Amino acid sequence: MVNLVEIRDLKVEATTDSGRRVEIINGVSFDIAEGEIVALIGESGSGKTTIALTLMGHARPGCRISGGSVSVAGKDMVTLSEKQRARVRGTEVTYVPQSAAAAFNPATTIMDQVIEVTRIHGIMSSDEARARAVDLFRALSLPEPETIGRRYPHQVSGGQLQRLSAAMALIGDPKLVIFDEPTTALDVTTQIEVLRAFKSVMKKGGIAGVYVSHDLAVVAQIADRIVVLKGGETKEIGTTEEILNGAKHPYTRELLAAFEPKPRGAAGAAESGPAPLLEIENLIAGYGQVQADGLPLVRAVEHVSLKVEKGRNLGIIGESGCGKSTLARTIAGILPAAVGKIVFDGKELGRSARERSRDELREMQIVFQYADTALNPAKSVEDILARPLTFYHGMNAKARSARIDELLDMVRLPRNLRHRRPGELSGGQKQRVNFARALAADPKLILCDEITSALDTVVAAAVIDLLKELQRELGLSYIFISHDLSVVESICDEIVVMYGGRKVEEISPAKIKTPEHPYSQLLFSSVPRLDPTWLDGLEQDPELVRAYRQR
Amino acid sequence: MTMTNSETKADRISGTRLGYRFNIIGMVGLSVILFWALIAIFAPLIIPYPVGEIVDLDYFGPMSRDFWLGSDYLGRDMLSRILMGARYTVGISLAAVTIACFSGVMLGMFAAVAGGWLDTVLSRFLDALNSIPSKLFGLVVVAAVGSSIPVLILTLSVIYIPGAYRFARALAVNINAMDFITVARIRGESTLYLIRSEILPNIVGPVLADLGIRFVFIVLLLSGLSFLGLGVQPPYADWGALVRENIGGLPFGAPAVMAPSFAIASLTISVNLLIDNLPKKIRDRSE
Repeated sequence: MVNLVEIRDLKVEATTDSGRRVEIINGVSFDIAEGEIVALIGESGSGKTTIALTLMGHARPGCRISGGSVSVAGKDMVTLSEKQRARVRGTEVTYVPQSAAAAFNPATTIMDQVIEVTRIHGIMSSDEARARAVDLFRALSLPEPETIGRRYPHQVSGGQLQRLSAAMALIGDPKLVIFDEPTTALDVTTQIEVLRAFKSVMKKGGIAGVYVSHDLAVVAQIADRIVVLKGGETKEIGTTEEILNGAKHPYTRELLAAFEPKPRGAAGAAESGPAPLLEIENLIAGYGQVQADGLPLVRAVEHVSLKVEKGRNLGIIGESGCGKSTLARTIAGILPAAVGKIVFDGKELGRSARERSRDELREMQIVFQYADTALNPAKSVEDILARPLTFYHGMNAKARSARIDELLDMVRLPRNLRHRRPGELSGGQKQRVNFARALAADPKLILCDEITSALDTVVAAAVIDLLKELQRELGLSYIFISHDLSVVESICDEIVVMYGGRKVEEISPAKIKTPEHPYSQLLFSSVPRLDPTWLDGLEQDPELVRAYRQR
Repeated sequence: MTMTNSETKADRISGTRLGYRFNIIGMVGLSVILFWALIAIFAPLIIPYPVGEIVDLDYFGPMSRDFWLGSDYLGRDMLSRILMGARYTVGISLAAVTIACFSGVMLGMFAAVAGGWLDTVLSRFLDALNSIPSKLFGLVVVAAVGSSIPVLILTLSVIYIPGAYRFARALAVNINAMDFITVARIRGESTLYLIRSEILPNIVGPVLADLGIRFVFIVLLLSGLSFLGLGVQPPYADWGALVRENIGGLPFGAPAVMAPSFAIASLTISVNLLIDNLPKKIRDRSE
């Protein structure tokens, strides 16, 4: 049996800035048969994208394929010259990037970019290419397939753009398509559409694919076989069924376990004191010029009221653009509310952070999604954690140093990490430092804005466990903002669903299987399950989908 | 054996052992700058002849054992004049660039953090200042208040403040949009803290590079002003003034006109080499 792709003992090495060589891929071997979709799964840094890129004979700057062979349709991509590789790229092997928005040139129309491959390789005439592109648009169930090509990239939605980039990859009639986390940046309801489109096109054309992802549930829907990677080595290879139901390697099991939401133990003895910790009434906030009625031009949060009891957690869930982050920023006083009341611990807070006292600011801390931008890259971990200690508690150097040790212990980071800078930490470590800084203030409430979204499943699960543990020890409350239902479900006592700036439903995790509001039903049913038949068996009311998926 | 030897030597030269990498070109630049700085400091001790004294009977004399760089249009020793000229060229430029960059960068960061009308007013005012041609501005000021070293330093720094401001503001605006600034703001930090501790450490690299470029501009502008007779006044002379004084020697190919030109070139080029090859910190320390 001849396989389309045969990777044998592949080694990729990188040269660091001190001239040291590091093997980032350490002897990986696997095959892809004709028409088969193989998923590469693993945490960030596991080498999944690096392996996918070697299929096109490409290694990122500073990296080098140092050994092994990658044979695609009989050609060894490692030994081909750059010119020969260029001939293969776009015709035999093509690539769908993670961020379609960054992959399109905003200055030319979509059609010109989709058919560019055929022009470069001189495969077909421009008219033929256009006709074929329209067929592809139709096959990928894009709206208005005849005319969508005339638009510019900013005139279509993210999910549509992702499908258009697939059209770009498919137009050269490739034998192998590489999907590099194509749905990671999309909302769950959009993700379904895109996955369905990819799956049907790939099956119909009998095209082989490599699907790179860190989300096991997504991969389960589309892949025939799964390769589990960690630290540049294959941990396990098996059919989707085998991996999901009979994983042998401990790391695979860890991945699977991280996916199962752990229900939050008997909702911590609800000490429902007389007054809630935070109460928000009829909040309106937004951006742009203030109108005659005193409201901002674009209102991102409209008439939201909610309550957080002491020691309990509130989850806010919704898709991108639903106003959940704006709500957090309004509560924290970063974006002053136009209308509404924020009562925290019995006192009404000023709308802007400037109007709040130092103690009020100290008691409510916010942790941002991207630890990369939330930590000053020029400062050491020690300096980052020391500042709130000096600022709020006026500690001297000795007390500070002792407290920093405590904080690092609390977030399970080794103490000797304190001299490092954020750039020298991993994503999970950075997020822990980010969280430790909030803890340094001794807050009563922490606003967590998508803090696990940028992390891998296993790491995110560890961070969530940490949050729960700290809550038990310190009696904190969290407002947990996320688009990931399983995360919210595992940590929150109360869940608020937001859509279009409004709160549409408030439910408890116990009733999460039976939401009442139609939007909640749609949202919750769109979360991928660890079941290969889930996508095919999923039925959603088309009316409902149309009503809420206009973006 | 020889292999290991050469390797450790290379390590030492490129400074990897200190956790920094510094390449040869940068080091050449740095050594030329240090050389001129030392000359500027010790010039009075090492000049072979007094600067103002006519020591050669010939004018535009050639290079000789007595006069290493020949003599100027009055028969004064050129080497001594260049060594002393370094004081003015390096000293005035350094003072001016320090003032210009310090005020420009501080104002730029302040405008970026404060924002609003303060930013607008400051930016428009400095844009207006920027629109005046630098040589003309220098000419007018020197013509109005006369040429002295403090006036020269102030004029040169005022000319280069808007550029430094614009540069720093552009960098600071980007940093200001980062989440860690938001975190610091809602912690209740003052503007001064934001500028000093959150923004400055993140822009200090490019700001130093900018300082280097501006130093070169100032050396050239000062030389230009001196060439026009508005810079350092006789009997003292900076390198620009030396070129002007001895321009009459050009047809004879006199070293008196070439030597100060080479001095200007060597300093400005070295500064550029250094700022393009500043030591880089090595991030990979896992060894």
